[in-house]
Amino acid sequence: MAGAVTVFSKEDVKRPKHSTEHPVVQWLLIGLALLFLALVVLLPLASVFVEALRKGVGVYIDALTEPDALSALKLTLIVALIAVPANTIFGVAAAWAISKFKFRGKNFLITLIDLPFAVSPVIAGLIYMLMFGAQGFFGPWLSDNGIQIMFAVPGIVLATIFVTVPFVARELIPLMQAQGVQEEEAASVLGAKGWSIFWRVTLPNIKWGLLYGVILSNARAMGEFGAVSVVSGHIRGQTNTLPLHVEILYNEYQFSASFAVASLLVMLAVVTLIVKAIVERKSSSH
Amino acid sequence: MMKTKSVRLHALIVFVVMAVLLAACGSNAGSNGGNGGVTGNAASPSPTSGASEAPADNKEPLPPVKLLNVSYDPTRELYVEFNKAFADYWLKEKNQKVEIDQSHGGSGKQARAVVDGLEADVVTLALGYDIDALQEKELLDQDWQKQFELNSSPYTSTIVFLVRKGNPKGIKDWNDLLKEGVEVITPNPKTSGGARWNYLAAWGYALKHNNNDEAAAKDFVTKLFKNVPVLDTGARGSTTTFVERGIGDVLLAWENEAYLSINELGPDEFDIVYPSLSILAEPPVAVVDKVVDKRGTREVAEAYLQYLYSEEGQRIAGKNYYRPTNETIAAEFKDQFPELELLQIDKDFGGWTEAQTKHFADGGVFDQIYTPGA
Amino acid sequence: MKGSNNKKVLPGFGISLGFTLFYLSLIVLIPLAGIFFKSFELTWAEFWAAVTNPRVLASYRISFGSALWAGLINAVFGLLIAWVLVRYRFPGKKLIDSLVDIPFALPTAVAGIALTTIYAKSGWIGSLLDPLGIKIAYTQAGITIALIFIGLPFVVRTVQPVLQDFEREMEDAAATLGAYRFRTFRKVILPELMPALLTGFALAFARGIGEYGSVVFISGNMPMKTEIAPLLIMTKLEQYDYAGATAIAAVMLIVSFILLLIINLLQWRMQRKAAANA
Repeated sequence: MAGAVTVFSKEDVKRPKHSTEHPVVQWLLIGLALLFLALVVLLPLASVFVEALRKGVGVYIDALTEPDALSALKLTLIVALIAVPANTIFGVAAAWAISKFKFRGKNFLITLIDLPFAVSPVIAGLIYMLMFGAQGFFGPWLSDNGIQIMFAVPGIVLATIFVTVPFVARELIPLMQAQGVQEEEAASVLGAKGWSIFWRVTLPNIKWGLLYGVILSNARAMGEFGAVSVVSGHIRGQTNTLPLHVEILYNEYQFSASFAVASLLVMLAVVTLIVKAIVERKSSSH
Repeated sequence: MMKTKSVRLHALIVFVVMAVLLAACGSNAGSNGGNGGVTGNAASPSPTSGASEAPADNKEPLPPVKLLNVSYDPTRELYVEFNKAFADYWLKEKNQKVEIDQSHGGSGKQARAVVDGLEADVVTLALGYDIDALQEKELLDQDWQKQFELNSSPYTSTIVFLVRKGNPKGIKDWNDLLKEGVEVITPNPKTSGGARWNYLAAWGYALKHNNNDEAAAKDFVTKLFKNVPVLDTGARGSTTTFVERGIGDVLLAWENEAYLSINELGPDEFDIVYPSLSILAEPPVAVVDKVVDKRGTREVAEAYLQYLYSEEGQRIAGKNYYRPTNETIAAEFKDQFPELELLQIDKDFGGWTEAQTKHFADGGVFDQIYTPGA
Repeated sequence: MKGSNNKKVLPGFGISLGFTLFYLSLIVLIPLAGIFFKSFELTWAEFWAAVTNPRVLASYRISFGSALWAGLINAVFGLLIAWVLVRYRFPGKKLIDSLVDIPFALPTAVAGIALTTIYAKSGWIGSLLDPLGIKIAYTQAGITIALIFIGLPFVVRTVQPVLQDFEREMEDAAATLGAYRFRTFRKVILPELMPALLTGFALAFARGIGEYGSVVFISGNMPMKTEIAPLLIMTKLEQYDYAGATAIAAVMLIVSFILLLIINLLQWRMQRKAAANA
């Protein structure tokens, strides 16, 4: 996944006339690209808002301020607040080990970090059920000690961490690999110790990439559905996250309310992208 | 070489230290979890002992108690209303606040969640088979179905047809579903309890009209499912497909779902058709012994389910389009629920375990419908 | 942190690698290993029967087939979008550029519901196609569209930086050679882009195989026709068949892992090549 989410911002290059396509071809290609994006990405986005506002602004606001929606929002925020920092620390540590040192099995390790990208969310939920469910490996012990992991906040947090493990690490690894180790080594030769090398030399170089990784993993953490659905138990007002609340409302024939809550998640995605655009501008002006 | 070796060792040590630290954390969390209360239950120190003293001095309000009712999809509206009624009743009766949490989903999925550790005090599911699955894991008593009256089924329902207004395809009975060009919407019997009732009703109809010839019945359901363009995973998904997406000519639905869709989504768009024969659906209820004993909520959980049989409970069921079992209350709703011939799962199909193995287990009749060459 | 390790110039290898391995084991590896332990409850014959049942085979075909189509379509249009974004100037380009990330950020269930709303025969696009006899929702085409949505950013975001990096030198070389536009593209640009394009395709493909949330709404879930493998896992679970569910999961897991390994080897080769060129 290296580079898939890499920040890059080069100014448009002025090209000599002979090396670019005829304007008609250009516009044809642009038109085709835009049409595709409109059909696949923009329309679904627009439909969420249209459906959400179909019954008027009153219904829309009611849907967002109803106690169950608020408690779902709260749970979603709590889960993201735990999962994202945990994965950030992991991502930084993994990127440091992989990009600054040579060791055998590095490619294998990177593949392992990528694995959650390719594992079906359903399987992600299932594995924790096999570990911590009442019939799972640790189930009887947990139940004897009165610890509830499945169908409670810890299970939802675990499943969310699983699906967002790679985001920060995968953002940082190519970035730090490209930057090499010279600056850190110089600092070390000058007598700087570990943490201060990281804080003073590495962090300033990677901060925008790091922030972008955090933003993306946050968006994914708040939006995860499949894995969380397996481990949540769907108790209204208690273990429903926002995406699960969307599904529940949808199943209660409250379509407008359902899309209203969904639009909240869409807006979150849009805010994420705005922050990302700002990040890119800042990093390019750097 | 030496370097890499020592570094590797170093990494290993960090790994081990962290694992040990985590284990320590784990046991800490254990003791915290024990006191801190899991899903808020420990906050009410054994309400059973409290409750037994309660009637003596009614002034002291008992500490509030929480129940979790794990139910299936179509009962949402029913239990929202019933929970309120029961909370009022219990407060008046015992001077104790009770708060009931609800969890809804496909019946099988919900039962599995309880098996996997979802701490339900009571379950109110679509079929006995799903509660039997809990019994297999020893979460409740073997004869759970005798714990409450009428097979522990306080209300019943049946399977009806929901068609588009004016019934343009002229669908009157099960055999009309086989006609060419008729699109039938039903959820998947493998994942939906309601769909199993649909399927069995069709099977029963086919047997009756073919002198109990099983091959003919199999042929009948095969043709029926050939006309199904979408198999949603749950009853609610199917209703959405039929009502919102406008797909299909007839929806096989719970009677209460059919009424609900008409009321909620369009009285001018749909009609209900009663076939000549259907099936008596008995969605059972049960107290999950293991959970209520652990949490000390047995008394209130039993009272909760018992209250479903009270006149008020029965009336709420009737208002939400479930057929009340109490005859006085049923009489109040008799215009709403036409009489029709109903098959019974125990009498006509040999009980759920048998029906399940024969029809819905892997390789069963339902799978054969979709497997080429079988 | 530990000054003792002065054999290496940079500190922190032990602690960072140790923590990485620890965290990965705890969150990813040990739980995933549980899948294999659970499927060991089956005998080999049972396992084989569970994963080669006709319905299961059909579901692999549908999952892999749709993911393959979606990956191919994304490779073509993802390349087009990356191309347009890197090389041309037009109003609203920044906005379009951020739009590409939407599928990363949008919850899959919302995407599934929204796509179904649009492509069902009562929806905006479905109602246009229905008179022509084209059905999208509740067919494999619907599944493919959901997977295109999910996979698009993977392709664009892998190809974009590469395109940006080498375009000028390649172009100049081609222009001096006087090659025709399309020939330049085919002979010079495409071969250079191939590894990145393949990586993007493979990522989109791997993601598509396992996708659940967005697909169940639009697929119609017909056995043998539109039933995806993750749904079968769910179905088995709901019949309390844990071992059967984990057997299918194990097969999918192995496929995902092999795919990822290939992707990473590809990328490793790309990097080596880049290093050699530099």
